[in-house]
Amino acid sequence: MRRYSTADRLVLVLMIGIPILIEAVLVWFPAVASIGLSFGSWNGVGGVGAIKWIGGTNYSNVVNIDPNFWPALRHNLIWLVFLAVVATPLGILLAVLLDREFAGSRLLQSIFFMPVMFSLALIGVVWQLVFSPDQGLINGVFGSSVDWFGDPSINIWAALIAASWKHIGYIMILYLAGLKGFDPSLREAAALDGATASQTFFRVVFPAMRPINVVVVVITVIEALRAFDIVWIINKGTNGLQLLSTMIVTNSGAAGRVGYASALAVILLVVALVPIVGYLSQAFKEEKR
Amino acid sequence: MTTPGTGTPDPTRFTRRDALRLFGTGVLGVSALPLLSACTGAASTPTSTAAGASTTASAMASGSSSAAVTSGSVSSAIAQVGGTVSFGSNASDDVPKKAYQQVFDAFKKATGTTVNVNTVDHNSFQENISNYLQGSPDQAFTWFAGNRMQFFAEQDLVAAIDDVWAQVSADYSDAFAQASTGADGKKYFIPFYNYPWAIFYRKSVFKDKGYTVPTTWDEFKTLGAKMKTDGLVPLAFGDKDGWPAMGTFDYLNMRINGYQFHIDLMSHKSPWDDDKVKKVFQTWKDDLLPLSQENALGRTWQEAAQSLVKKEAGMYLLGMFVSQQFPTADLDDLDFFAFPEIDKAIGADAVEAPIDGFLVSKNGLNPQSTALMSYLASDEAQLIYLKSDPGVVAANKTASTDTYNALQKKAAELISSAKSISQFLDRDTRPDFASPVVIPALQQFLKDGDVDAVTKSLESQAKTIFTS
Repeated sequence: MRRYSTADRLVLVLMIGIPILIEAVLVWFPAVASIGLSFGSWNGVGGVGAIKWIGGTNYSNVVNIDPNFWPALRHNLIWLVFLAVVATPLGILLAVLLDREFAGSRLLQSIFFMPVMFSLALIGVVWQLVFSPDQGLINGVFGSSVDWFGDPSINIWAALIAASWKHIGYIMILYLAGLKGFDPSLREAAALDGATASQTFFRVVFPAMRPINVVVVVITVIEALRAFDIVWIINKGTNGLQLLSTMIVTNSGAAGRVGYASALAVILLVVALVPIVGYLSQAFKEEKR
Repeated sequence: MTTPGTGTPDPTRFTRRDALRLFGTGVLGVSALPLLSACTGAASTPTSTAAGASTTASAMASGSSSAAVTSGSVSSAIAQVGGTVSFGSNASDDVPKKAYQQVFDAFKKATGTTVNVNTVDHNSFQENISNYLQGSPDQAFTWFAGNRMQFFAEQDLVAAIDDVWAQVSADYSDAFAQASTGADGKKYFIPFYNYPWAIFYRKSVFKDKGYTVPTTWDEFKTLGAKMKTDGLVPLAFGDKDGWPAMGTFDYLNMRINGYQFHIDLMSHKSPWDDDKVKKVFQTWKDDLLPLSQENALGRTWQEAAQSLVKKEAGMYLLGMFVSQQFPTADLDDLDFFAFPEIDKAIGADAVEAPIDGFLVSKNGLNPQSTALMSYLASDEAQLIYLKSDPGVVAANKTASTDTYNALQKKAAELISSAKSISQFLDRDTRPDFASPVVIPALQQFLKDGDVDAVTKSLESQAKTIFTS
């Protein structure tokens, strides 16, 4: 083993220590603190001494009393499944198609990526104009009278279309970046072996793109669980659009149910960790083999 | 808006501003920017600053002179104070921001005191109010009457201003004094302006079809049925944001059970599964929902207001800010009547009219902030502000109504004739109950009309919140 000089050690300690410190202060402390707060009742006024410790009451209230919790959990899962099964594959498909560099592919790239760059407020206005029941584009053009945002059995799908609009562009650009760095000789070899386009993709390109695939999966899960903006713009996460994230915001902020909101945040954290940790450990295990 | 916000603490203003911002007044970027950089010269006023401010000051001086004559008392009570006072404002939209600036310019002229305004985006201000007050808050700041004010008084985050009230109490009706009082009996709040909730309609529609303004519930129902046969939607309704339905609930509750029950219910002294509350929901379901615009949960209040503008709907129960949706040419055609009487024994003398005004933070009390609060309580200050917003009326009862439009005059009459003034559900109850619990519950009721389920759900959640 190499011997490190004192200067080396100092540099190492600084370079590892400072990020760890920042991480601890900005990430781990708040995370652990909210786990702690989730066992208390506190309106955000006064110091730590003002917190009334009530054990698991917040959790039992969330699960047993709050009529929004189970719908919210269900909607988060619908969101996850929809993004994973529909939006992410569509994004990958677009990336593969646009990777062929036909005339206008650059333009199409920009168009599909545009929603990712739009500000929240603009997205809200755009979809309000499309879906508004009385003055909206869809009902206006087709003469229908569907209550896109108000009918709780429909509005989640309207929101998912708006979310996918953004998500597809995001995944597309990620995947496209990966494809650009893909070794063309592998593709040539596949072509020489007489593989069809789809065979080339599924047998050669896709497996070789593992690092990007991991990123795409993790991002899909994260996007699904932190889904917030579009739903918040539509109706602040009520009436068929409850999500864990909107519940957290509704209960924190001016409502000041700090403990209760923390309990919801912890639940969201756990829900987010399960698939991500599961997938990552699986992915790394395979890599080691 | 509440907002969103958020959580939607005070959804009324929340969403209203939110919508305005979405449609182009975009001011997010400038939030939290300390304003008034030109005036930081403080008491020793450099000449250049004075010159800059004087044009605005003289411009409004002409408008307010008539008001000053009628009261007189306030201006004379305020002597030269000098110095500076800091003011936290949630008036982040251009028009009210400018209006406040005019008020402060006039204040500087009267007292020599410079107001350092710290304007914060409307939603952020409300979302972060607890942190703001526990940090280093401005001396005075914009806020609301009712439980939303009493909460901070109880937490000892705001200062009692009984001295100021002793000077100005003659200018305010009992209902306003009551709304400015904390649970401990001290005065904390200076009312600035308010606006009534009522049933709005177009005069031309009523005239063409020969409708008359209903004063009893039976007349109201008959009128609604008649509008239906005439092909009108009797009552426009939009509840996508959740808070407009609170206004409907409040009025039904106050007409069926009275103002005191409203207050008891808001503080959970009476349970939500009480038969009285069930009666409110039952009346809503049987009488009002059949007359209301369908698909309300997908419609914003602005969209619902448009159906009144376009004469597709005959009436609309909303706050006076509905006038914002009317083209200027049609404003004269907009009129309202008070929510009709349902129970003779209860009457119809309770009015829902949320009051906006000011508080002084815990350590903010000094001669300058005291002078500012007395000035803001004056009819002069309120009339200067009102020029920017014809959707509200001055809180000071001595304020001249000469400059009011017809709607404002009527609103002032309605409010001054009211025996009790409610502040709107989300201002009369706890913030942790209003947005997280009441909004989803009312929306669920609008979907399934299940009276027992909604009262049971509200009560079981109220129990967990009001006991904590």
